[in-house]
Amino acid sequence: MPEVNTAVRPAAQTSGAHVLSVKDLQAWYGESHILHGINFHVNEGEVVTLLGRNGAGKTTTLKSVMGIIGKRSGTIQFNGKEISRASSDSIARMGVAFCPEERGIFASLDVRENLLLPPIVSSGGLSLDQIFELFPNLKDRLNSQGTKLSGGEQQMLAIARILRTGARFLMLDEPTEGLAPVIIQQIGHTIARLKKEGFTILLVEQNFRFASTVADRYYVVEHGKVIDGFANSELEANMDKLHTYLGV
Amino acid sequence: MQALYAQLLVGLINGSFYALLSLGLAVIFGMLNIINFAHGALYMMGAFTAYFLLNLFGIGYWWALLIAPIVVGIFGMILERTMLQWLAGLDHLYGLLLTFGIALIVQGVFQNYFGSSGLPYAIPDELKGGMNLGFMFLPIYRGWVVVFSLVVCLATWFLIEKTRLGAYLRAATENPTLVRAFGINVPRMITLTYGLGVGLAALAGVLSAPINQVRPLMGADLIIVVFAVVVIGGMGSIMGSIITGFALGVIEGLTKYFYPEASNTVVFVLMVLVLLIKPTGLTGRAA
Repeated sequence: MPEVNTAVRPAAQTSGAHVLSVKDLQAWYGESHILHGINFHVNEGEVVTLLGRNGAGKTTTLKSVMGIIGKRSGTIQFNGKEISRASSDSIARMGVAFCPEERGIFASLDVRENLLLPPIVSSGGLSLDQIFELFPNLKDRLNSQGTKLSGGEQQMLAIARILRTGARFLMLDEPTEGLAPVIIQQIGHTIARLKKEGFTILLVEQNFRFASTVADRYYVVEHGKVIDGFANSELEANMDKLHTYLGV
Repeated sequence: MQALYAQLLVGLINGSFYALLSLGLAVIFGMLNIINFAHGALYMMGAFTAYFLLNLFGIGYWWALLIAPIVVGIFGMILERTMLQWLAGLDHLYGLLLTFGIALIVQGVFQNYFGSSGLPYAIPDELKGGMNLGFMFLPIYRGWVVVFSLVVCLATWFLIEKTRLGAYLRAATENPTLVRAFGINVPRMITLTYGLGVGLAALAGVLSAPINQVRPLMGADLIIVVFAVVVIGGMGSIMGSIITGFALGVIEGLTKYFYPEASNTVVFVLMVLVLLIKPTGLTGRAA
């Protein structure tokens, strides 16, 4: 295992206070201990990417922040408030929005119902017009059953529905997984646009080439721990290490 | 011919109760994953609530239609908060046994105080008498039960399939964890859903009180048939349970006319056939 680097270097472009700060996060699925002390933070307005191999604990980290992992310990602070004991519905109402890896489009709801499902948690969300401007495909499919959409459209719908709610902190779990390059590009443009509008984004990606087009900083997760972290400007310098970490 | 129409009407009435009860069971099963065996006892409690309201407080039928579902619904929500919620994620058998036990206790308590014979509950003045339709005589109360049940069933269908609240409910049936992660208080929604299902059973109990009398075991007799209806219709669909409820009531009525000996078993014969051919029920989705 590479040397554990707990004192991750600060970000190159720190624009504000920590939106999310995670310290010594441990989590369990039933009896299996998945996270063994995760430490990282996300500053306001940043796009931060968690990199790592399959099963490293990236998704579990997002789910722990969202409050949908039953057993967890450590501290998770969102805008300075401790949320590691809060229920997932109250965490969502504080302004955390989650787009799961499996997308979670509801089959018994049509596209419009899927889009309107997450309740507004604060003002300042995107209007439907702004959403259709980002994802024009969705507008024509509003009456289709949610799961009748193509994989790319489902991913767009999964992102679109959390933009309405007014949550300013988005967690996107592998939004490009299994999608065609042209759609990956569209999602990349969307993330860049959201960043410009001041959203704070925590991204989980296997595809660091994609991540490098949007991310400000990276953390590398392995065996349930954060083992390294660097800014986007240091990506080239860290390429060899990254290849070792990710086994690519 | 008169007798055929009369049996058809009886069938429609029974079908109204089947539909109201199986609808509640379907809604509860969808959200809580619990086969609510207490449903018959809660239906009975609805009828008794109407009886108590009238005899203890002088509150009549029309208010009972509103108050009994609320009172029994609250009782159901207390059951859910104190007991049923702890069964989330366990095998169906636990929920079935727990609610069966609740049914036995509730029915036992009522039997202890009221015996097994029926208590009378009068038809409200406004719905007394009948109408001659030309081809048959229609007791107004019976016509009212069929029409009102149909309206309530369709309103429930509309609520679940066409409104925003219903979209939450359908989504939470599919993936409660994610719906909760969107900021919706799913546990509270589950409690309210159980209350809704139970309230529908209590409403059926009030409707039935003037027809079938008020008896501690009135629900125990009915619920067995209702479960057969649910198995035939399939647990998955709201409209399916409404249509199956009415249809089986009518089939039962027709059997009473054409071959009375089979009228008590026809529903169960159909259940066996459906299970052999399509185990998920006529409108059910595969699990």
